[in-house]
Amino acid sequence: MTELAVETQGMTRLFGSNKAVDSLDLAIPKGSIYGFLGPNGCGKSTSIRMLTGLLTPSAGTIRVLGEALAGNEERLRRRIGYMTQKFSLYENLRVTENLNFVAQIHGVPRRQARERVAELLTLYDLTGQHKQLAGSMSGGQKQRLALAAATLHQPELLFLDEPTSAVDPENRREFWERLFDLCAQGTTILVSTHYMDEAERCHGLAILERGIKRADGSPKQLMAQMGARVVEVGGDDLRTLKQRLTQQPAVLSAAQIGSRLRVLVRDDEGDPVQWLQPLIAGRTLEEVRPSLEDVFVTCTGARAHPAPRESSHVE
Amino acid sequence: MWSRVLAVIVKELRQLSRDRMTFAMIVMIPLVQLILFGYAINTDVRHLPAAVVDMSDSSYSRALIQAVTATQVVDFSERLSNVHQAETAITNGQIKAALVIPVDVGERLVRYSSGHYMTEPVAQWLVDGSDTVVASTIKGLRKMPMDEVLGNPHSEGVPTLEVVQYFNPEQRSVVNIVPGLLGVILTMTMVLFTAVAIVREREQGNMEFLITTPIRPFELMLGKIVPYVIVGFVQVGIILGVGHRLFAVPIRGGLDSLALAALLFILASLTLGLVISTVARTQLQAMQMTVFVLLPSILLSGFMFPFEGMPQVAQWISEILPATHFMRMARAIVLRGAEVANLGYDVLWLLGFTLVGLAVASLRFSKRLD
Repeated sequence: MTELAVETQGMTRLFGSNKAVDSLDLAIPKGSIYGFLGPNGCGKSTSIRMLTGLLTPSAGTIRVLGEALAGNEERLRRRIGYMTQKFSLYENLRVTENLNFVAQIHGVPRRQARERVAELLTLYDLTGQHKQLAGSMSGGQKQRLALAAATLHQPELLFLDEPTSAVDPENRREFWERLFDLCAQGTTILVSTHYMDEAERCHGLAILERGIKRADGSPKQLMAQMGARVVEVGGDDLRTLKQRLTQQPAVLSAAQIGSRLRVLVRDDEGDPVQWLQPLIAGRTLEEVRPSLEDVFVTCTGARAHPAPRESSHVE
Repeated sequence: MWSRVLAVIVKELRQLSRDRMTFAMIVMIPLVQLILFGYAINTDVRHLPAAVVDMSDSSYSRALIQAVTATQVVDFSERLSNVHQAETAITNGQIKAALVIPVDVGERLVRYSSGHYMTEPVAQWLVDGSDTVVASTIKGLRKMPMDEVLGNPHSEGVPTLEVVQYFNPEQRSVVNIVPGLLGVILTMTMVLFTAVAIVREREQGNMEFLITTPIRPFELMLGKIVPYVIVGFVQVGIILGVGHRLFAVPIRGGLDSLALAALLFILASLTLGLVISTVARTQLQAMQMTVFVLLPSILLSGFMFPFEGMPQVAQWISEILPATHFMRMARAIVLRGAEVANLGYDVLWLLGFTLVGLAVASLRFSKRLD
């Protein structure tokens, strides 16, 4: 059996009477990249804050790196790294000053700290900016600096709360390459996101909605088990067709993508192409491979409108 | 542990040196306030606007007016013909007082000089009593000698009780105000700086990262305080230096005594700011709470009014405030040449306040967000 980096049973957090996280069970194996996928307000940040010991769970147990979190927070904090959603280093300090500060706080001896900071500057491509004030840097640079600070003490477990929300696609790719580097060195990474393409890169994934875990597994497993098949319809007047199809109980969702209509059909209807044929009045039909977005849509109550790619708010 | 404290201190100083506005305030607040208050606050009342109602219009009355003018307490800006007009002028705020000289002022003066038992005063003052300082100043003129008015040689009688004044023979209020300003300005800047220091980190999101590191609350608190101790001493230097040059405030006691008293007070004020910062959620709240502490520190600490004159309850409240204890020590050291060793009670009190405050702040500051 693989060792678990994070293990929770019934982890719950109430804010007043509102359940931000509702009996979440997690089992995240060491050395993997695990994603929390969900719209804003689904409990991703709250979960991460409980796992880092910043919030006390209202109920449930948490084990981190093989130890119970409760009572061992201080000791465990030396072994975990945390990159907050909002940039949390000092904007009026230079890049190296920020990193040196973090090194001193972590008690890294001076000489070692100097080497480590130099190493991180090279690794995260900040050598040219080392004298710049953190506040004057671009989103991508800030994010790299934050990752450098969070990994300065070489944590075994790294929490990243929506790390790429202020970053362009180019920088996001680069960023994920760094995460896989860290993972290859043995770091377990827990990352929250609302980007489907990012979620697809994770080894394991939990889809959260309103504090409840709707699905859990590798992206491949999730797509295989989603309980619906995907058909793309091409032709004219797709808006009217969409209206008609969404009234069918077997249609979980219909969303237009360019000149095609992507329709999710319950898999208990048998062959979806045959089932749809009489309904579409001579338009073209093609069954396609499901995407993670389809999984997300089926998991989160199969609403008529799938969450948009960029940011998905709970309606 | 110390390397972490040092890291916070260095970080705090770096941030401070890049914050030009705050940096300017550190110097400008004491400078501007000292100059402003040094010249403006004056309890030696002079040149009050006054009127005279001279019903006698004799050489006696003119001599009396001249004698009153010579005291410089009032400036007779108007001549009014009756008491009614004087009352109206006081009500309208044109004058603060009016001297009413009766028709028979000559006879009254003669009776006065012949040593008769006085049944009637020589003249009468009408005073706007709404400002007690004005009223008591005019009251001070009640026992004005009348010999010169009558052209007699000055013959000052022996007073019943003789008064010997120590430490401020010229009775200049500025001598008392400058050491007091030390307390007021330090309360204002020290409490505010630290109150805002931690709340700002929370507001800007730095705290969420910081509390997932191994730093201990006590280390963070200590690291936040030390840079401002230096700032506090810079301000003490400015106030005393300028006070000495500009207002000739003597510094009688030893500078080492003063430095020790200032250090104790700065520490107490800083910990008070820390306690505020663990209660306040936003910088605005922190500032409001600072004002809540600042006002009693100005009004009850003995800066404005003598501590001994306040009612018992107000004295208890003012005993809680660090400013009261520092005000007492600063005036004792600067004006009366006392030494810290003689001021044990205030020293212990400030020390205790600091330790309790630091403990409360460290306990209240939890490394959690809930």
